[in-house]
Amino acid sequence: MAEYVIETPKGKWEIVCGLEIHCQIISKSKIFSGASTEFGDDANENVSFVDAGMPGMLPVLNKECVRQAVKTGLGLNAKINKYSVFSRKNYFYPDTPQNYQITQFEYPLVGEGEIFVDLKDGSTRRIGIERIHIEQDAAKSIHDLNPKKSYIDLNRAGVGLMEIVTKPDFCSPEEVGEFLKKLRSIVRYLGTCDGNMDEGSMRCDASISVRPLGSKELRPRTEVKNVNSVKFAMQAVEFEAKRQIALYEAGETMQQQTRHFNQTDGSTTFLRLKEFSDDYRYFPEPDLPPLVLDDAFIDDIKKEMVELPDAKKARFVKDMGLTAYDASVLCENKETADFFEKAAKGHDAKKVANWMMGDFFAMLNAKRLPLEKSPVTPEMLGQLVDLITSNVINGKTAKDVFAIMAETGENPEKIVEEKGWKQVTDTGAIESLIDKILAANPDNVAAYKAGKVNLMGWFVGQVMKESKGTANPGMVNQILQQKLG
Amino acid sequence: MSELTKLTIAEALSGLETKKFSAKELTAAYIHKMDENRRFNAYVSETPEIALKAAEAADKNYAAGTARTLEGIPLGIKDLFCTKGVRTTACSRIIDNFVPPYESTVTERLFAAGAICLGKLNMDEFAMGGSNENSCFGPVINPWSKDVPLVPGGSSGGSAAAVCAEMCAAATGTDTGGSIRQPAAFCGIVGVKPTYGRCSRYGIMAFASSLDQAGPMGKDVRDCALLLKVMAGHDVKDSTSAFKEVPDFEKVLGQDIKGLKIGIPAEYRPEGLNKEVAEAWDKATAMLKARGAEIVNISLPHTKYALPVYYIIAPAEASSNLARYDGIRYGNRVDGAHVDDVYVNTRTQGFGKEVKRRIMIGTYVLSAGYYDAYYVKAQKVRRLIQNDFNEAFKHCDVILTPTSPTTAFPIGDKAMMENPLNMYLNDVFTVSVNLAGLPAMSLPIGLASNGLPLGMQLISRAFDEETMFKAAFALEQDAGFKRK
Amino acid sequence: MAINNDTVKKIASLAKLKIEEDRLDVTRDEFNKIMDWIAQLNEVNTDGAEPLVSVNAQQLVCREDVVTDGNMKAEILANAPASEFGYFSVPKVVE
Repeated sequence: MAEYVIETPKGKWEIVCGLEIHCQIISKSKIFSGASTEFGDDANENVSFVDAGMPGMLPVLNKECVRQAVKTGLGLNAKINKYSVFSRKNYFYPDTPQNYQITQFEYPLVGEGEIFVDLKDGSTRRIGIERIHIEQDAAKSIHDLNPKKSYIDLNRAGVGLMEIVTKPDFCSPEEVGEFLKKLRSIVRYLGTCDGNMDEGSMRCDASISVRPLGSKELRPRTEVKNVNSVKFAMQAVEFEAKRQIALYEAGETMQQQTRHFNQTDGSTTFLRLKEFSDDYRYFPEPDLPPLVLDDAFIDDIKKEMVELPDAKKARFVKDMGLTAYDASVLCENKETADFFEKAAKGHDAKKVANWMMGDFFAMLNAKRLPLEKSPVTPEMLGQLVDLITSNVINGKTAKDVFAIMAETGENPEKIVEEKGWKQVTDTGAIESLIDKILAANPDNVAAYKAGKVNLMGWFVGQVMKESKGTANPGMVNQILQQKLG
Repeated sequence: MSELTKLTIAEALSGLETKKFSAKELTAAYIHKMDENRRFNAYVSETPEIALKAAEAADKNYAAGTARTLEGIPLGIKDLFCTKGVRTTACSRIIDNFVPPYESTVTERLFAAGAICLGKLNMDEFAMGGSNENSCFGPVINPWSKDVPLVPGGSSGGSAAAVCAEMCAAATGTDTGGSIRQPAAFCGIVGVKPTYGRCSRYGIMAFASSLDQAGPMGKDVRDCALLLKVMAGHDVKDSTSAFKEVPDFEKVLGQDIKGLKIGIPAEYRPEGLNKEVAEAWDKATAMLKARGAEIVNISLPHTKYALPVYYIIAPAEASSNLARYDGIRYGNRVDGAHVDDVYVNTRTQGFGKEVKRRIMIGTYVLSAGYYDAYYVKAQKVRRLIQNDFNEAFKHCDVILTPTSPTTAFPIGDKAMMENPLNMYLNDVFTVSVNLAGLPAMSLPIGLASNGLPLGMQLISRAFDEETMFKAAFALEQDAGFKRK
Repeated sequence: MAINNDTVKKIASLAKLKIEEDRLDVTRDEFNKIMDWIAQLNEVNTDGAEPLVSVNAQQLVCREDVVTDGNMKAEILANAPASEFGYFSVPKVVE
């Protein structure tokens, strides 16, 4: 494993970092009420009296949120706790209608697990998961409508969240970035969170500290809030590490604190000291008895588990002969992997992979189309590869055929048929073409025979031109060699 | 017509059924009493128009033969129960303008059974208090008062006074540490705190979620049995409400109590227990014995710790439950430059003294560094208190104790005002039951020499209200208490 | 463990309550009196006693994931001391 070292003229430092990721659970209704989780509706429409923290209102737990968190736990190879308890985290904030958040504290739903991340240098790192607990999301404040007022929309209040807490296992910005991508990929495979960091359905806080390289000490850490993209998370870790190192090297000390990430310049700014604000007065939520799961509940979820990116990738390499790199690109999201598998079924998988990662992705990019809107179906892509491997068309023609497929959505066989692009593989027909070219160019034949062997390419070109590109270039080459002796 | 308000619910139902009088007449009689007795300050909101309209509907149902269980029975509702479209305040300035857009499950069930809402009843602010002096609408006067105005008890003081003064046929109350039983005792009526989980807490403004239970307060045992049957039952909207079938409590009334084991806990007779209270207790014990019940001496060794446990757990939960009253989404806002100022101004001016005191205690016992020493310790002792009862119920079926160590005391009592602990001690016989989640009830047993009612408390096993009702009914027959 | 004025202030600030300077001493003394009384719990041996979290403990029963609530903006905002454009409104929140 490559060590990540920050070197300054004064010394060498390493990073100690852990993440807390809030993932909005995919469910139709909120975690403790029957209001919709729909995003983007009018303000305060998807709000029940429970979500608004009205007097006398009580939470009722949504089973689906429990299922989704357990599923995520299983996906992270984590321990599922059959006994868990909800707690109240008490703090006043306009985004928290009850002025406490119902969360889990001492007894989370999911215990220790792990995620493996692949790094650029080819190594793999294991990142430990400390726990996953479920809780309610906060409302949203709107600050930019009025210079003197903030407005509160409770639509998001009470949407189910999974808070995934990692061990402080990260040593580099790259690990943080790859972890977030991997986690996003896993929750998307599982369908437990849509993983859209830019929409806030997956949000990340990073705890960062530094220490002299090789030391085991733990220095005060800063918790950086609002690092809501893979890139930002990497920037935040790097910026914070360097900032802290500069402080220490200037002989200063640092107190545990919360800092805000500025998306515009990648810096962090001081928010508050930890000790000042952190008295959350957790206690068991008296409105909800402990949550007790039975084996049948967990077994049912196990039955629904899908193949996750790591397993899929390994299978693509082992059974389909893909390179590790190609496999990991194709497995990053489930839809791509599924598309590939469909396209590759019964066809040359490696060629299908090449086509997908080349012309196919380029086409989607150019047309700005999501995969599911692709005019080229997986079946068509498979057929196209078949036409190449069975020498019906050559690679060059295939590119033209693909371009037409992308425009018209037509079947490649039909295109080849209609355009008359079927490759000529009949030896007699090719021979007569060659004979015609040789007869018309006696000077070049003589020159070739006198030793100007690089004229071979010219002859091949002439024959291909004469065939309007339909002659099989390999056969043309072979017969020319024979005829020119 | 004033005779109508003397009727119990059972008697009124039979009169309505046989068309001796109409629901409208019955309701009008109570409305008349409400006007007449306004000096007791029992109601904080009156809804005579709603009541009369409902009474007309009730009469139609009687005419059509489609009358429901409580058709046409006029009730008073403690102002802690949210009533749709009717102001609900918890008698706190912080939300004294709140009109709930929803109905509590308990009141919904009562009204769905044909009961009629006469209005909302005074109480200690957010149910915190034992004298009804902590109300932003002023104190309630105990109808038994003679020269000096006396407290009706609390927190359901308005409910107890209204039932006592015939300003409603019965009332709802809530009981967190004795808030139904103690005022019932002070006002000479019957009050039932059901098993925790028996009645839904949905729509009742929460004080201490793990202790709060709604219950009926009525003129006699039978009325309470009738009401509880309607109020109780599982509710999907309250995850702590129990999946227990609701028995027909009325059915057990009058059943023989021969052989029933009555537990008498030694710890409830501390040295210095008021002599008349002790005598009343002995008298009640003798009555049950005379009916063939077996008297068993039991021990509830952790009794003396129940109050301090209660004064950790209840304020802790309350400090969190009352955080939502911040002037943002409902209630009265006292403005400020920043949101934080809004919070502080609203809460400082909106909450009364006792509520603030308990929020402070609750915040303190949950705060960093003290949680284990106070909250966890209290929960452990709470376990021991529950164990005490479990052990005791191996030897008896129902426990008999006094409800309160004293009779009603004067409003503005100096000892109570100067030291909140003196007020807290009123709950000494009632809090253990809430901590253990058990059902208990208070019924009047007689008058003390000062002419004020004394109450007896019966406690039974969780979800065994039937045994408690059975014993209470027998005691009621023998005591022959004359209502005010 | 006597409570001093600073603690009283800190607790008040956590609870979003303000205690006037001239009430601090009285509040502190009263607070101490109550906490001293509560301290009698220390006499109780609670070794091996499981904290009682949920009385008459029963299994938590979950709801199915169905949208059954919401779409009542008017009722949600009906009791708001201040609202505008369908939002609750508060003085500017700055962290």
